[in-house]
Amino acid sequence: MHNKLQQIKKEAEERIKTASSLEALRNYRVEYLGRKGEITAVLRSLKDLAPEERAAVGQAANRVKDHLEELIELKTQELNARALQERLLQEKLDVTLPGTPRLSGGKHPLTLVREEIENIFLGLGFEIVEGPEVELDYYNFEALNMPADHPARDMQDSFYMSDEVLLRTHTSPGQVRTMEEKNPELPVKIIIPGRVYRRDDDATHSPMFHQVEGLYIGEGVTFADLKGILMLFAHKIFGQDVTVRFRPSYFPFTEPSAEMDISCVICGGIGCRTCSNTGWLEILGSGMVHPNVLRAGGYDPEKVIGFAFGMGVERIAMLKFGVDDLRLFFDNDIRFLAQF
Amino acid sequence: MRLPLEWLEDYIEVDIPVEELAHRLTMAGIAVENIEKVDNDTILELDLTPNRGDCLGIINIAREVAALTGKPLDIPRTKLDEIDEKVEDFVKITVESNLCKRYSARVMKNVRVEPSPAWMQERLTKAGIRPINNIVDVTNYVMLETNQPMHAFDYDLLEGKQIVVREARAGEELVTLDGTRRELQPGMLVIADAVKPVALAGVMGGESSEIREGTTTILLESAIFDGTSIRRTSRKVGLRTDSSMRFEKGVDVGGVILALDRAAHLLEILGAGEVVQGVCDVYPHPQPGTTVRLRLDRVNHVLGTNITPAEIEGYLRRLSFPVEVGGSELLVYIPSYRPDLAIEEDLIEEVARLHGYDNISSELKPAVPTHGYRTDYQIFKDRLLGYAANMMREVITYSFINPRWLDILEVPEGHHLRSTVRLANPFSEEQGTMRTTLLPSLLETAARNLARRNEDLAIFEMGSVYWPQESELLPREAPVMAGLVTGKVPDGWQGKSSEMDFFFLKGIIEELLARLHLEGVKFNPAKPEHSYHPGRYAAITAGDRQIGTIGEIHPRVLEKLDIENRVCAFEIDIHQLYEAVSFSHHRIQGISKYPAVKRDLALVVSEEVNAADLAEIIKEAGTDLLIRVELFDVYRSPQLGEGKKSLAFALTFQSYQHTLQDEEINRIISGILEKTAEVFGARLR
Repeated sequence: MHNKLQQIKKEAEERIKTASSLEALRNYRVEYLGRKGEITAVLRSLKDLAPEERAAVGQAANRVKDHLEELIELKTQELNARALQERLLQEKLDVTLPGTPRLSGGKHPLTLVREEIENIFLGLGFEIVEGPEVELDYYNFEALNMPADHPARDMQDSFYMSDEVLLRTHTSPGQVRTMEEKNPELPVKIIIPGRVYRRDDDATHSPMFHQVEGLYIGEGVTFADLKGILMLFAHKIFGQDVTVRFRPSYFPFTEPSAEMDISCVICGGIGCRTCSNTGWLEILGSGMVHPNVLRAGGYDPEKVIGFAFGMGVERIAMLKFGVDDLRLFFDNDIRFLAQF
Repeated sequence: MRLPLEWLEDYIEVDIPVEELAHRLTMAGIAVENIEKVDNDTILELDLTPNRGDCLGIINIAREVAALTGKPLDIPRTKLDEIDEKVEDFVKITVESNLCKRYSARVMKNVRVEPSPAWMQERLTKAGIRPINNIVDVTNYVMLETNQPMHAFDYDLLEGKQIVVREARAGEELVTLDGTRRELQPGMLVIADAVKPVALAGVMGGESSEIREGTTTILLESAIFDGTSIRRTSRKVGLRTDSSMRFEKGVDVGGVILALDRAAHLLEILGAGEVVQGVCDVYPHPQPGTTVRLRLDRVNHVLGTNITPAEIEGYLRRLSFPVEVGGSELLVYIPSYRPDLAIEEDLIEEVARLHGYDNISSELKPAVPTHGYRTDYQIFKDRLLGYAANMMREVITYSFINPRWLDILEVPEGHHLRSTVRLANPFSEEQGTMRTTLLPSLLETAARNLARRNEDLAIFEMGSVYWPQESELLPREAPVMAGLVTGKVPDGWQGKSSEMDFFFLKGIIEELLARLHLEGVKFNPAKPEHSYHPGRYAAITAGDRQIGTIGEIHPRVLEKLDIENRVCAFEIDIHQLYEAVSFSHHRIQGISKYPAVKRDLALVVSEEVNAADLAEIIKEAGTDLLIRVELFDVYRSPQLGEGKKSLAFALTFQSYQHTLQDEEINRIISGILEKTAEVFGARLR
C-alpha cells in the first residue's frame, strides 16, 4: 500500500510539473484527488486494512493529497502568470502612432489678446464698459475736443451714416459716455474694448480693427500714476525685460499727451525692419484728460483730473505672436487660426 | 519734414552728436523718425504732431534745440537796401474776405530771373523741394526757414496794378502752375487782380502771372489765410501743397513781415533785383498777444512731481517765453509762433517735456480702492464664448456686408433683415451695409476656406447686428453668436470619422446650452423664411423664449456660393439667451443610494410623429421614477409598414426612497404604452 502511494505521488508530481495548460491541471486534480481519483480510492480502501495499519496509511495518503493540492495551486499560479505575460506581449502598441484626432476649437488671437489686456486692468481695479459702434459725431469728436473742421479729424478718416452719425473711429467716445453716466461718482476707472472703424484699407490698415480705451479720473490722479499703471501694463503684457519710455505727443483730448514706446521685442532695441531701425515700438497713446473733455463729462477740471489711454489690439497681437500681416486676422483661414 | 543738419546750424550751434540731438528732440515731442547721411550732410526725418506745425520752419526747430541745449539762437538777417520808389505807387491791395487774416507784399524791380546759386539749390533738394529759378527758390527757401508760405507774381501781368483777396465767383476758372484748368466755386479764396483770379490763395499760384525768363518786376506775397478754408479748398480741388499743408496747421501771423523782408533780403544779396521802398500790409484785425496764467502748484498737482518754482520758470525762459512772476503763479506771454499754447495744461506739457517725461517718477499708489470686476452679463458672454471655443474655431469678420447677400440668401422683400443701416461713404458696395445677420460673413469665410481646400470647418463668431430704430439717431446693436459646420470630423488612421451634419451641430448647441445650465430647451420644427433647407430647420426655444435657430443651408444658396458640401448653421440671440439663462432654475441633485433599473422600449409610430414629442409623453407617463429617456435607435423597414418608423428609447428608473421592484416598473411601462398608444397610436415593436 505504501509503495503504491509513493508511486502515485511520483507519477502525479511529474505530470503536474510538466503540465502546459490549466485544463490539464484540472484533469489531474480529478484524476488524483477527485471523487473517483486515485488518492481518494486509497483513502476509501483504508477500511479494508488492518486497524494497526490504517492510521499510518491514512496519514500518508492525506500528506500526499495535501502535497499534490499545493503543487497544483503553485502550477496554476505559474501558468496564470505566464498567460498574462503572453497577453501583455501580444497587446504591445506602437505608441508613436498618432492619437485619435478630436474636433478642435479655439479663440481668435484677437480675443486672446483682448482678454489678456482686460485681465491686467481688472486686476488693477478697472471696470469694463462697452459703448455703441455706430456713434454720434458728438461723442466721437466734439466732446473729445475735436469740433467740426478740427484738423485732427483728418487723422481718422471716417465712415459716415449721416452728418451726425458715424462708425466710431476709436473707443474714446466711451470716455464721455461713461463720465455722463457715472457723474458725480469718483473715481472713474474703466477700460473700453471694442471694434472701431476707419476709412483705410492697405497692408497695414484694416477698415475695421480693435482698440482698448482706458480712463482713470479722480481727485489726485497724476501723470506719475499714468506712467506707473501703463508701465506695469507694458511689463505684464510684453515681459519684464522690455524697456518702456514715454515721450511727448499730441492728441486733442489729452494735455499733456504721451506716447508710450517699448524697446523693440523683435530685435531687442538694436534696430530692425519692425521698428524702422529706431529700436522702439509705439504701443499706446495716453495723456492727462483735457479739461474740455472733463467738462463734457460733467466734471470740474479744477477738482477732478486723471488720465486716458488707447491702444490697438491688432498691433499688440502682431508683436506678441510675431504676425507680420494685419490682414491675416480678418482672413480667418483655419490654418492660421489653428495655431493659437 | 526733412531737416538738413547743416542748414539748422545756420541758426544754432549743434555741439552734440546727431544721434544725441535726435534723441533729445524725440524725447521732447519732436519725433525723429530717421537719420539719413548724405554726401557731406545729415538729414533728420521728423514726424511732427499736428499741433507743432511751427516746426515746419527750420528756425522754429532751432528754437526747440536752443531750449534743449541752451545754445543761443541766431535769427537770420533781413537788412534791406531799398530804392526810392514807393510800393504804394505800384500796387493797391484790397482784402474783401475775412478768410484772409493778413496780406502783405513787396515789389522788386529790375529783376533778373536765373538759376539760384548752387548752395541754395542743394539745400532745397535735400529738404525735398525741386529748384526752379532764383525767385521761386527764394520763396521756397524762406518758407522752409520760417514756415511762412510765400508766392511771387510777375507784376506786369497783374491787370490794373491791383491785388484783390476775395472769394471766387461762380463760373470763374484758373489755370494753376501745374498746368491744370480748375473750376472755382464760391467759398474758395482767391488772389485776383482787377479782373480775374491769379492764384488759388494759399494752395497754388496761377499760370498767367508765373515768373518767367523775361519777368522784370515781381510782387512778393506773404499772407495768412484761414486754415479751415484752405483745407476745404485743397480737398475740393484735390491739391495738397507745401503751402496749403502749412496753412492748415497754422502759420504765425506775427512772422509775416519778417518772412517778406527775409525773402527780399535774400533776393537782394543774390543780385536778383532791387527792392522798392516799403511794405503793403493789410492786417484788418491785429491779433492781441496771448497770455496764460500758470499756477506753480498746479504743475505738480497734475504731474505728480516736485518741480521747484525756479525750475518751472527756467524751463519757460529756455523756450524764450517772457514770464512775469506773481506770487504763486506765473504770467506767461505766448509768442505768436506757438499758437498751440492756449491754456494752463498746454504750459504744463511744456514744463513736463523740458523737465523730461523720463524724470517724472512712475507711481503705483493704492489711491482709492476700486473694485475691478466683470458684470454678470460680461461673465456670461465670456463663458458663452469660452464654451463655444471649446468646440468650434472663433472667427472675427467685418461688421459691414454687401447688401447683395440678402438676395443670395433669398430674404424676401420687406423682411426685417432688409431694414439695414447703410454707410454713406463705403469703400465699395462690398462693405456698404451694417449686417443684420452674421450668416453672410460666416458663409463667406467658409467659402474662402473651402476654396483653399480647408474642407472641414466648425467656426463661430460673436458680434453685433445693427437695427435702425425709428425716432432714434443711433441703431440698436444686438449681440449675437452664429456659427456653421461643414465636412467631416477629422479622420484618424483608425478610420472613425463622421459627418458634421445637422445633428452634429445640434449636439454642439445642446452641449453649449447644457453647460450654461439652460433648462427646458426645445428644438421645434419651423418654416425658414430664407437661407435654410425647408425640411431641416428648427427654432431653439427655452420656455416661451426663442433664443435662436439652427438648420441646414438651402442647397440653392450653397450653389450660388459654389459650395458643394452640406453646410449647417446656427444663430443665437445673446440677449434672449442671457435672459433665459437668468430665469432658468438649475438645481443640483444628490445621488440615490438605490440601484437604477434600465429598460429598452421600441415603439412603432407613423413618420409624422416627432421624436421629441414622443419622448415628452413617455416622460409624462413615466412618473417621477423615470429619471432618463434616451433615444438610441431609429429604424425603418417594410415589415413595420408604409410610413412607419420605430423609435427605440433607453429608459432609466430610479427611486430616492427604495429599491425598485419589477412589478412596479412593469406597471409604469404599461402606463407608458397605454398613453403613447392613445396620443400617437404607438405600438410596441
